[in-house]
Amino acid sequence: MTVSIVVVSHSEKIADGAAELAAQMAPDVLVLTAGGTADGRIGTSLEKVLAALDHAAGGDGTVILTDLGSAVMTAESALEFAEDPAGVLLADAPLVEGLVAASVAAQGGADVQAVKRAAEAVRGPSQNSGPPPQREVSEGSVTGQGPDFTGDFELINQAGMHARPAAKIAGGLSALDAEVTVNGVDGASMTALMTLAAGKGSVLHVEARGVDAERAVNYVGGLVQAGFGEP
Amino acid sequence: MVLDVNWAVKWLTLCAQAMAEHRVELIELDRAIGDSDHGENMDRGFQAVLDKLAEAPPATPGAALKLAAMTLMSKVGGAAGPLYGTAFLRAAGTMGDAAEIDPAGWAAAVSAARDGIVARGKAEPGDKTMVDAWAPAADAAKAAADTGGPEVLTVLVAAAEAAEAGAVATDPLVARKGRASYLGERSAGHRDPGAASSALILRAAVGAAA
Repeated sequence: MTVSIVVVSHSEKIADGAAELAAQMAPDVLVLTAGGTADGRIGTSLEKVLAALDHAAGGDGTVILTDLGSAVMTAESALEFAEDPAGVLLADAPLVEGLVAASVAAQGGADVQAVKRAAEAVRGPSQNSGPPPQREVSEGSVTGQGPDFTGDFELINQAGMHARPAAKIAGGLSALDAEVTVNGVDGASMTALMTLAAGKGSVLHVEARGVDAERAVNYVGGLVQAGFGEP
Repeated sequence: MVLDVNWAVKWLTLCAQAMAEHRVELIELDRAIGDSDHGENMDRGFQAVLDKLAEAPPATPGAALKLAAMTLMSKVGGAAGPLYGTAFLRAAGTMGDAAEIDPAGWAAAVSAARDGIVARGKAEPGDKTMVDAWAPAADAAKAAADTGGPEVLTVLVAAAEAAEAGAVATDPLVARKGRASYLGERSAGHRDPGAASSALILRAAVGAAA
């Protein structure tokens, strides 16, 4: 079972297109759409949102992604109407980037809270929980707690860090109980990894904290050293 | 006069009439500072409410308002859908299964509607939104219920008059929420369409009891 995702957009085409994009990266995740009004106009429909939530119910939870303001209001209203809104979370994230990140996390087996966090992490480091690792400490005064495990891995695939490798890393890390940074950015955020623009020959410096820290470093190392299965 | 289910159905029917009559006026208010769909959305939404009332006649005032809430949220489309839907839903919540609404009950319903709109839209009084009609209406209804004796019409009128004054008072305001806020200073000098339709709704509640 995986977490399912509901897309609420003013436009049926936007909702369907965003879901199509997500399906390419996360083929096993149930992404349901509630786009446009019931009679095909631009707008949002409570009925459509409730129907999508109903369809998604019974799994490991649901995360809702929305576009403009009143889509948020309609989604909140649906939660107010829903019989059992437990396990349904509303993510505050840009629709397309947030949806892709959430889908990748769900595909990786992340729980509903982690899927929501993955979506919200695309807003950038200012929204991330916890301070970034202390990379430079003044001499003789160590203030931050160091990472539990670290690793340095050179990218060997021709294309380097593009969308698919970023999705693989972020998706796998989302399912682990570890705080991971890759060259200082959140390793569970696909879009953050892509912003590294790391090409072939670049070294990824991985720092991990938490119960699964060692597994997390090994996971990233394994993918990088296998060239992500690419030439 | 008692506020029973017949009053509630008549209220919603008069809302639909008011939205049809003021459709063009609301469209024009919204064209000035929004996306000009408010009149059409409200007209369509309340027509759908009439259809639902005919399909499944409600047994209590609360049931009538809940049905209206569900329909408005589904059919209006714009931000007004979830906002009015939440308002009617919260108002219905205060009524429960009661067969009749007394003056204090109406005051509680209007307060709950205001709270629902504030919670959903995150707007405050003075932001040039429908809150500017509902907030004074809630205060006036409570004051009238506290002092006005058992006559429920007094409380309905107090809420409607306060909402109408509140809507007029949005004219000079600069919008801080909703689509109109993108216009900044240019939003001043126009009445907020949501406040205007809110006043129509609360006036219809009086008409239904008259």
